[in-house]
Amino acid sequence: MRARALAGFAIAAMALCLAALAGAQAQRPVNARLLLGDAPAARLSDYRLFLDSGARTPNARVTPYGLNTELYADGAVKFRYVFIPPGAQAQYHESEVFAFPVGTALIKTFAAPGADGTMRFLETRLLIHRDDGWVAYPYVWNEAQSEAVYSPIGAEIPVAWRDAAGDEHALAWRVPNRNQCKGCHDRDGVVAPIGPSARNLNRDYPYAEGAANQLTYWATLGLLAGAPAPSDAPRAPDAYAADDAPLALRARTYLDVNCAHCHNPRGPAATSGLDLRLANEAAYSWGVMKPPVAAGRASAGMAFSIEPGHPERSILLHRMESLDPGVMMPELGRQTVDARAVALIREWIAEME
Amino acid sequence: MRWALAAGAALVFLAGAAEARTWRIEPGPNAQAELQQALIEARPGDTVRLDDGRYVLSAGLSLDVDRVTIRGEGHDRTILDFSNQRQGAEGLMVTSDRVTLRDFAVENAKGDAIKAQGCDQISFIRVRAEWTGGPSPNNGAYGLYPVNCTNVLIEESIARGASDAGIYVGQSRNIIVRASLAELNVAGIEIENSFNADVYRNTTTRNTGGILVFDLPGLPQVGGHSVRVFENRIVDNNTDNFAPEGNIVAGVPSGTGVLVMANRNVHIFDNEIGDNGTVNVMLIAYRGEIPDTRYNPLPRDIVIRDNSFGRVGFAPDGDLAALAQMGVALPDVIWDGAEIYSAAGAPQTEPVRITMQNNAAPGRAPTFLSLGVPVAGAALSEAQPRMEMPPAASVEAPARVRLPQD
Repeated sequence: MRARALAGFAIAAMALCLAALAGAQAQRPVNARLLLGDAPAARLSDYRLFLDSGARTPNARVTPYGLNTELYADGAVKFRYVFIPPGAQAQYHESEVFAFPVGTALIKTFAAPGADGTMRFLETRLLIHRDDGWVAYPYVWNEAQSEAVYSPIGAEIPVAWRDAAGDEHALAWRVPNRNQCKGCHDRDGVVAPIGPSARNLNRDYPYAEGAANQLTYWATLGLLAGAPAPSDAPRAPDAYAADDAPLALRARTYLDVNCAHCHNPRGPAATSGLDLRLANEAAYSWGVMKPPVAAGRASAGMAFSIEPGHPERSILLHRMESLDPGVMMPELGRQTVDARAVALIREWIAEME
Repeated sequence: MRWALAAGAALVFLAGAAEARTWRIEPGPNAQAELQQALIEARPGDTVRLDDGRYVLSAGLSLDVDRVTIRGEGHDRTILDFSNQRQGAEGLMVTSDRVTLRDFAVENAKGDAIKAQGCDQISFIRVRAEWTGGPSPNNGAYGLYPVNCTNVLIEESIARGASDAGIYVGQSRNIIVRASLAELNVAGIEIENSFNADVYRNTTTRNTGGILVFDLPGLPQVGGHSVRVFENRIVDNNTDNFAPEGNIVAGVPSGTGVLVMANRNVHIFDNEIGDNGTVNVMLIAYRGEIPDTRYNPLPRDIVIRDNSFGRVGFAPDGDLAALAQMGVALPDVIWDGAEIYSAAGAPQTEPVRITMQNNAAPGRAPTFLSLGVPVAGAALSEAQPRMEMPPAASVEAPARVRLPQD
């Protein structure tokens, strides 16, 4: 159990944690009552989601997961876990994020990868499903990596790393404030999770006891009800992996994951009329020959969000390539250009008829 | 690790445990964090007071708490300066209900200045949004920008320099814009895809176009209707169009007073409209592709009465300049004349009533021109201009807009 979570990641850091654990208190379960409390805990460790205060080793019932295509975040490494209270289950849904029961916590830690394989944790974001809906709580890690404290107004942390594509990133990592959390996690004006849908979870994960499909694994653990066999569930490709799916599907998947949390009919960008969900089949509303509505100077003199065959005349691509806060998309959450995604979308628009 | 956590210097005056609090914020190096912290931790009923001075801010601010007032010491004394903004698509974003913004300014935001999205009862009172370098396509799009809101009040406010619209109300319902000044924008005031708006006693001057009433297809809310534009001064809107191309307002000719595109039941009365180099009032159909069966691109049920028209047509711009070169004198009111449009491959129409009554022009008669284009979006080469006034028609005016917060 202890070794399960971070299999393949941060071995050195984990060894330290395990050493610390040897003398630690007896294992107590996740503080489910605190998760359901009215107010955020002051420290991440108060929830006992992890066995160590450094949050390297998850507690029982805290299950790691990964996504086929994840939101671009300047190349930061993300560690994701789900906690579902005993006796409760998430309900499978074919196209939407699963219906998670009250008491669920979705946990995501952002880390700066070090050259020596270590991981410096920057922040941990909790999405907790309470009786009256989801809440988003950001926790910021201290330099000693021993504690993360609740930080509703955000923070800036200078960091540098080299990402999976080999690009060097040196930036002031911006922990979003509570409003900015909602800026993405917003559906009809209330906070909602984005990532854990069937198609994005339908993949293998390297669990300690061996690789297994996540849908199967969740179902076996009793975390998920109603799931079909993985072969009967939708599966999103890895948008960056050219051999994983046709170009158009990878491009639409990228936009679905990186844009559609706002650009959907119930999201903050609904007023633009641009709906970038993979499920949207109306080409005009996902941008083809669609004029901008309120883009202002972000249109850069172009007439359409997507002009088939002409990436150089497509506003959507222009805004992905920009770092100007008045132009760039997404508005939050990146300070560098996702070069692989720009290449993907450029190729897709260039080949579009 | 450099923390942007607030130093906690914001003074909080507690007036009883559950009573409304006042957060006091001063300019200074911690203002960004202190102000954002106040906007996050405020409780319904609280006031965030901004002392006078210039707040140099690097990131956009946001408010998501109901019943909060943000109050400065005057739009010339309390200035939120975003010249060095590095983060955020707007200066201030409001997403909660019953919020009042008053007596402060937002300058040089990288995107929009103040955006209010999905709000009920949002009030802008004596607020100024400005790009201080004058007209430039690099300025943000909108100054005061409520969208998808209900019960919008904008009064005694100022918007300058927006590269789209200074005061822009989009996809909203129940709107009052009054006693405000919009100048040096592409569009001074724009009411778009909205229902029930009263726009009155404003001054719009030195914009490209003074007041725009638009309806666009393909948006969640379409079918703009019931707009009254009255007792405004809409004069000298002759600034060259500086909107980035691609935006719908980039097609607004310099020298336009009032421009109605699509929309139903728009009443324009008791205004002073003059010194606009192209036209004082223009009524046109939307000309683009219409991928939207809900949408009607025609301006219809338009009443233009009791206005005082001044000098017009002395510096025509855009397509109308070509018309002027052919010797056509540009009139106070021009209508493209379209009464038919094409949707889903079939011609559509409905009664189009355009009426002018009791307008005055000192020393001359008010003038009118229909271009007589056969179908919405048809080329001007197909126009069959005629100057007779349209027949008088009775079009009932929308009821006065009343707001719960007013």
